[in-house]
Parts: sequence; C-alpha cells; structure tokens
Amino acid sequence: MAGSVGIVEARRAVFEEPFRFRSGAQIPRFELMYETYGTLNAARSNAVLVCHALNASHHVAGTYADDPGNVGWWDNLVGPGKPLDTERFFVIGNNYIGGCFGSTGPTSVNPATGKPYGADFPVVTVEDWVAAQARLADHLGIERFAAVIGGSLGAMQALQWALAYPERIGHSLVIASTPKLSAQNIAFNEVARQAIVTDPDFHGGHYYEHGVVPARGLRIARMIGHITYLSDDAMMEKFGRQLRRAALGFDFDIDFEIESYLRYQGDKFSTYFDANTYLRITKALDYYDPAGDFGGDLAKSFERARAAFLVVSFKSDWRFAPARSRAMVKALLDNRRIVSYLELDAPGGHDAFLLEDPRYHGALAAYFDSIDL
Amino acid sequence: MTRPDLEAIAQWVAPGSRVLDLGCGDGSLLRHLWEQHQAHGYGVEIDDAEVLACLKNDVNVLQLDLESGLALFQGGSFDYVILSETLQTIHRIELLTREMLRVGKEAIVSFPNFGHWRARLQVLAGRMPVSDELPHQWYNTPNVHLCTLHDFEDLCAKLGAKIRERVVLHRGRPVSVLPNLLGSLAVYRVTA
Repeated sequence: MAGSVGIVEARRAVFEEPFRFRSGAQIPRFELMYETYGTLNAARSNAVLVCHALNASHHVAGTYADDPGNVGWWDNLVGPGKPLDTERFFVIGNNYIGGCFGSTGPTSVNPATGKPYGADFPVVTVEDWVAAQARLADHLGIERFAAVIGGSLGAMQALQWALAYPERIGHSLVIASTPKLSAQNIAFNEVARQAIVTDPDFHGGHYYEHGVVPARGLRIARMIGHITYLSDDAMMEKFGRQLRRAALGFDFDIDFEIESYLRYQGDKFSTYFDANTYLRITKALDYYDPAGDFGGDLAKSFERARAAFLVVSFKSDWRFAPARSRAMVKALLDNRRIVSYLELDAPGGHDAFLLEDPRYHGALAAYFDSIDL
Repeated sequence: MTRPDLEAIAQWVAPGSRVLDLGCGDGSLLRHLWEQHQAHGYGVEIDDAEVLACLKNDVNVLQLDLESGLALFQGGSFDYVILSETLQTIHRIELLTREMLRVGKEAIVSFPNFGHWRARLQVLAGRMPVSDELPHQWYNTPNVHLCTLHDFEDLCAKLGAKIRERVVLHRGRPVSVLPNLLGSLAVYRVTA
C-alpha cells in the first residue's frame, strides 16, 4: 500500500566557501535547504535528486510536525510504495540557490553590507543551480545519483545534470520541459517581470529596506503564469463561464469564476514568494539553452551526456509543447543514447506533471523499478 | 514470443546490431533480441498500455505516431527497422516504407496474407474474412490496408526496394508451394 513518508524535517547545508555564478558574479558563502526521505544504502547508489520548478521548494514529500497541513509538493509521487519509492530510494529535495525558502538568495543577508542582498543578488541560471546541487551532493557524500528528476524548470536541472556531470548521474527524468524557451515563453516572462519592476513598491529591488513588497506586481505575474500552466480545455472544464455572482455586475469586480481563481492564486502567491527570486527564476528560464554554446546544435550539446533518459510530455501542454520534448529525444537518438519517451494525452496542460494520472505515474513507477542500484 | 513471425525475424537479426521496432507492442521482440542476440534498440508504440508494458519489460520505448514518419531518426542509423504485423494498420504505407528504408540498412516487414485461400473463400462466400491472423470483424478492425504477397511485392518494385529474403508461414510452419494461396503470414527482408 502506498503511503506518506510522514513527518519530515528540513535541513540546512552550510558552505563557507565562495560560489561563482555563470555571470561571473560571486558570493562569499552560501546555504542550501534540503530534505531527505528513505535511507541511503551502504553502496551510496540509491540517491535520487528531485528538482523543483518555479514556486516549489525542498519540501517534496511528507508533512511537518508543527505544520501538518503543509504537504510536500510532489507527495503523490514520493513515498513508501509510491512511484518514487522511498523504501528503495534515498530521495533528496532541495531549494535552489537564489530561492526564497531558506537557501541563500535575495532575501539573505549580504555579509558585505549586513543588509539583505535584494537587487544585488546575482542573476542565477540553471547551470548555477546544478553546480550548487553538486556541492550539496558532495556534502551528503553522494558521488553519483541513481537519478535526477524534475518537471518543467525542474526538468531543465535534470537535463543539465546529465550535461554538466555526466559521470555523476545514472538516469535523467525530464518531464514537461524544453531545451530552450521560445520567443512566446520569454514574452510571458517579460510581462511578469514588468509587472513586478513597475510596481511602486519595488524600489529597484531594495523593497526590504522600505518594509514593503511589490505584491501587486507579484500577483499579476502569478496570474499570467497560471494562465500558461492550464490548457484552454482544462480551464474551460474547471471554470467554464460560471459566474461568481447571481448576474453580470456591469462593473469591474469579479464576474466569472476564473477571475476569482486567478485573483486568489495571485493573492496567495504574493504573501509567500519573493519578487526578487521570481525575477531571477524567469531569467534562468530565459537564459537556459544548452545548444547555445554549440551553434544551436542540440545534438552536439548532448554529446557529453551518458545518462539514460526518460522524457515525458503532455499533449495539452502548450507552454512546453510535446514538439520541444521530441527535439530532446531526437538529440539523444542522434547520439545513440538510451532514451524512452512518453507523450501522454492528458488534459491538465503544463501542470499535468504534478497530477496523479495512472498512465503517467504507472510509467514513472515502472521506470524507477527498472533502475539497477 | 509466441508469434511465429517473430521467430523468423529474430533469426535474421545479427548479434550486436541496432534495431528499431515499429509498433513494438509490449516490447517482447526487442527484449528477446537483447537477451538472445545482444541486439539493442528502441521500440515505437502509440498505445499507452503497451508503452507501459515496454517500460515494465525494461525496453526503450518511444511513444510516437508512425503516420507522421520517422523524422526523429537519422538516415542509416539502424541495422534493422522492423514492422511486424503492423503494416496493415498504417494509413500512409508508402511514406512509412520509404522512411524505413531511409532509417534502416534493412527493413523487415511481416503482415497477414490476404491472399490466403481461406480469406479468398470467405470473400467468395460473400463475407469479409475472419481468421487467426485476421481476428477482427470488418466494423472493429484496426486494419486499414490489407494486402497479398503479390501486392506487397508490387509496392516494393514501385519504390525500387529490393526483396532480399521472404518467409511465408501458415500456423508457424514454412510454406513453399503456392505461398500466396497457402501462406497466412509473410515476412520479408527488404533493402533500398
């Protein structure tokens, strides 16, 4: 029977050494938040790194003793008897560098000034996240991951692991992702960034000192994001044209359920997420393009990879449509790498990677089962 | 591996070769080729349940629609491209056959022979054939392009493809006399 990993505890890894970002910027020290589930075996061969996407954290599974309602963001996947079975694997969740859930990021204190970094925190990239995760792996004594898994932006990290540390990863599970953003993807990100930086409470990114947050900007950024996470069909099915009130209001308050949903999601997000982190994450997405250093030749950029891959896409995902996943599969085939590919006819849009579809989870369970430790 | 055409196909696959199995089902042929011939490769399958079965079988599987061709595969990147008992379900057979000959150094194709005497007899009697090889009723069959040995050989000639070898079977046994009449299953090795 599948169950929960139960009560978990977040841990903090401290690195008293400089971290140099892809941009060339450097910080003198850094910390990474992480959680682990299951037991590392004697051979240290059963570790699986879970990488999160935009708004999630190191809290992948289980709950906290002092906050039982706070269930991990991928709890439906990770646990005893679940597709990523913690009775077999040692699973690690982490909050990436530049994040806002305890890992060193814009809200952290800059040792040089004694004040939060704010706007002075470097622009982060997927490459930076993976480099920092490699330090975390060293810290935990893990030479090689059995697998690295992620969805969306998390999947870019799983891919980057295979490219940056080919000897340190056995399997890369790349779900609902893309090897680079399209102009349309970047356009959506830019609208989100403009919403934040034009908020009067943004103060050039140093809003902490003013005791405010650019909540209006964050809220709009999140609303835009949510539109791209759902498919047209899924949104229509969930909300339709249902009214929130008895009749049309002929004003600019909430008429439709979808408006209410977006406002609710935006409001909620603006209370817990840091705007400086949001700006940096969208840049990390925009900048990621492993083929960029190879004249746009994705196959050439994948030559380094040694891992076996599972690539998964969802037909209703228009943010990172299946064609982007197929491009990665082609690049792997061109290099004669081991790859399996699923193109699921699931209705959930981009968010489908977080949902519990029996075909999707069945495939992940079968794939993880087949990994030799 | 219970299907007789798979035995014939497996005999042709050289040890250590690279194989692409189109419409691979649960991946049992690929698994057999790996275990018995150390031949490795990928299966292509569109059905969710079969894709899952492949993963459980520890076979590399790609969930793709064969009707859109083999654009993901480089020319000459496989020693064999196999299409076993799938040809008759394909709409764009010419396109796929050309694609198979582009991607593989050799194509291996098996299909039920519509020219078998029992099929002919059933048509003569006024009904669409139903048999072990063609188990579906006309209204629920996945088959869209049934053909005979002669028909397939004509297509190969039209495409300029060379038939290297042919095995015709009935109930698992080779048929050498009047194969288009007495054989219910045909297996071909074809090259460009």
